Amino acid sequence: MFPVFYVAGLVALVSTVMVVTRRNPIHALLYFILSLVAVAVIFLDAGAPFVAALEVIIYAGAIMVLFIFVVMLLNPGVALVIRAREWIGPAILSLLLTLGIVYSVVGSTIKTMGISATTPKDIAMALFGPYLLGVELASLLLLAGLVAAYHLGRRIEREAPARGASLQPGAPVGSGAPSSRKEGA
Amino acid sequence: MRQYPIDYGLVLSAVLFAIGMAGVFVRRNVIFVLLCIEIMLNAAGLAFVLGGARWGQADGQVMFIFILAMAAAEVSVGLALIMRMFHRFKSLDTNEIARMKG
Amino acid sequence: MELLWLVPALPLLGFALLTLARRLVRGVAALIGVGSIGLSMLVTLWIAYSFLVSPPQSGAASDTVWSWIALGDFRVSVAFYLDSFSLVMILVITIVGFFIHLYSAGYMEGDDGFARFFAYMNLFTASMLILVLADNLLLLLVGWEGVGLCSYLLIGFWYRDPANARAAVKAFVVTRTGDAAMLVGFLLLFTSLGTLNIQDLLSKAVSQWPSGSGIAIAAAALILAGALGKSAQLPLQTWLPDAMAGPTPVSALIHAATMVTAGVYLVARTHAIFALAPPVQLAVGIIGVATLLIAGFSAITQRDIKRVLAYSTMSQIGYMFLALGVGAWGAALFHFVTHAFFKSLLFLAAGSVILAMHHEQDLLKMGGLWKRAPVAFWTFLVGALAMAAVPPLISGFSSKDWILSWVWSSPAGGPVLYVLALLGVLLTATYTARLVTLAFFGRERDVPEHVHPGGALIAVPLIVLAVPALFLGLIQTPRSLGGVNLFASFVQGVLPEPGAEGPPSTELLLMAVSTLVALAGLVLGWALGVSQARAHLARREAEPAGSPLHRFLLSGWGFDWLYDRAIVGPYRWLARINQSDVADWIARGFAALSRLLNRLLSLAQTGRLRWYATALGIGAVAIVAMVVFL
Repeated sequence: MFPVFYVAGLVALVSTVMVVTRRNPIHALLYFILSLVAVAVIFLDAGAPFVAALEVIIYAGAIMVLFIFVVMLLNPGVALVIRAREWIGPAILSLLLTLGIVYSVVGSTIKTMGISATTPKDIAMALFGPYLLGVELASLLLLAGLVAAYHLGRRIEREAPARGASLQPGAPVGSGAPSSRKEGA
Repeated sequence: MRQYPIDYGLVLSAVLFAIGMAGVFVRRNVIFVLLCIEIMLNAAGLAFVLGGARWGQADGQVMFIFILAMAAAEVSVGLALIMRMFHRFKSLDTNEIARMKG
Repeated sequence: MELLWLVPALPLLGFALLTLARRLVRGVAALIGVGSIGLSMLVTLWIAYSFLVSPPQSGAASDTVWSWIALGDFRVSVAFYLDSFSLVMILVITIVGFFIHLYSAGYMEGDDGFARFFAYMNLFTASMLILVLADNLLLLLVGWEGVGLCSYLLIGFWYRDPANARAAVKAFVVTRTGDAAMLVGFLLLFTSLGTLNIQDLLSKAVSQWPSGSGIAIAAAALILAGALGKSAQLPLQTWLPDAMAGPTPVSALIHAATMVTAGVYLVARTHAIFALAPPVQLAVGIIGVATLLIAGFSAITQRDIKRVLAYSTMSQIGYMFLALGVGAWGAALFHFVTHAFFKSLLFLAAGSVILAMHHEQDLLKMGGLWKRAPVAFWTFLVGALAMAAVPPLISGFSSKDWILSWVWSSPAGGPVLYVLALLGVLLTATYTARLVTLAFFGRERDVPEHVHPGGALIAVPLIVLAVPALFLGLIQTPRSLGGVNLFASFVQGVLPEPGAEGPPSTELLLMAVSTLVALAGLVLGWALGVSQARAHLARREAEPAGSPLHRFLLSGWGFDWLYDRAIVGPYRWLARINQSDVADWIARGFAALSRLLNRLLSLAQTGRLRWYATALGIGAVAIVAMVVFL
């Protein structure tokens, strides 16, 4: 049974690295979906089938599709090349963080664990029992997100007069106005 | 009841988190930045689920559901902001919007 | 007595309304300003009625509005204390205050700061009422500083003229000098007696301090310093003549009727402490008589109608201090009452004259106004006769005569003080007669073609105030003239008499002497006025240089000159050489440090998202490292 974890973990690692390094956002998104599916497999393996299903349906299914829609809408083209030496600093920083966490995990006494599957019923009991307030807060957060997304995504014609003043010095003034109307509609 | 390498699972989540963090630092394209944040959230969720599974409790998975809800809200607002930014600056480069300097 | 808190609260409410409301219509502003005082007066009259009908058991009532400070055993509450003494005070303040407010509605008509004026006046009245009603020293201090503030604001009411602003600052600083000493006195009382409640304080002082002990003398002297500053007595008297820069109703309310007598109130209120300190009490009497004479001499030489009245106010308050000095607390209070009525009447009538003269205040340019401004003339005449203490039974006569008889017969008084006070009577009659003669009689000198002494709003308060100025003396008359003793018996419980009165025959003799002296003064003043008017007509344009003595008296005995050389000059010199000291360096050091930090921190604000994210990440890594490795 063990190899499932290692295989899925390897897939998740590699595909995540690919996400971060791709230049084309669509490629990166597809790799991220792969990574999410791999993590879902780990969840399934760890006895959390409900969460595994959520991971695939909501994360990979809904949120990533939203990303893909936006990328398609904007069609930003291929991102700039990242030079190798730009990676040095962040890599060191990330390595340090990994080392710290790994050290603390390795140093602990917990090596392996006995696994028993958690049913959706248990989760539901927990969610609508002790975590009820958290559920309410999450619903408020989602509502706020909805309102904010609606507000930010509205037609933005009224912004046009301020555009000239707010543009970068080199950019042609007013060139964006027609396209923004098109996008908004 | 079967044995499960919980420590490797946590190490995996740490590595995923670190990769995501490095991506946030390196990438200039704001879509990638948002994506890397998603990676970090997902890694944190992995650690929660594994931790919950270790104790046979549902709490870790409840936390994951909260993370999911938060990620959904964050992505919707973040993407809306990205669209506004693209309309306004015709660019997704975070260095282009560095006008709020002290 | 439950309504007592309303008495100061109503003017305070008026102040709040006038301050907070923007762009009030003139009529509404006047209605709020005058109406709040009017309501306060009605409440006061009701309280006085119920006080007289059913006096409280102990002769005093106290009304605690709320607890202000409660720190362990130390408690201060906003509490009002009503006895016959403070009742007399609030009656005078609200009645005189109401009519002056009414007058102001006419006098200030057309002024830009109409609402502002009434706001200040209401705040002043509220502060004054708090001052006299206060149950403890801290609340008294609130009222004390409140009236000082309003005095400053109203002297400098026409602040566009720098001279007015200077006069306001001078009044504030000079009174402040006394206030600082007074505050030290209050603290001394608090630390040694452990309470701020005035009644507790007095009873404790009487029981704990032996008569003539050092601490009683120190406390009395320090309180006296505050009273001197507020009441414009020697040596802190220089601000009052300059304070006439304010509008005339202000001079009437603040610098004649109420605020300047706050010192008298304070000394009389704490008279138990003064009785324990005979040297200080003697000093009170001497200061009173000295101020009385100095101000009297100066008043004779002044040309400005309001300055004459200002000096006369100083000298009348000198009488009150003299009475306090000989222990005649009740007589001092009675003189305060009559003075409040006749002096505010004089000021208001003078205001009417000033209006008629198109804001000309020079006496030598007036003359013959008696038929041009008859209301002002007749009311001014009533006030002047009251001030000059001419019998029969004009208010000032009975109060002044009461003081004089006590000066003669009290153990603390004596023939010397009496003779000096008698000289004061002569001076008072002289400058009063000169004032009336120059202003109202003789040929018209520089009187404008059309005179406007004001409408009904001006005339009605004048006439109403003239009534008590005429007849108020009837409630307290010498024994030989009926011996009505209403006032003395009313305040007897709070303000005892200094001793046994002399025999009636002596009193009659004293009265006759002072009356003769006053009449002589009137004749002298008349002659002086006529001759000065004639001299002015003869010379016309040429300014009279005057003799050195005349100039000396005109400048108020050179006190301004002396203080300029002795205090203001050295102080400014010290301030100049001390301009950049260590404290400044420290302050500048902080400023430089924060500027430096600002430059450094603003470098960190690059506006780049990745920069911020990296900083956040470094922080997170550092925290993980700390948790894991330490």
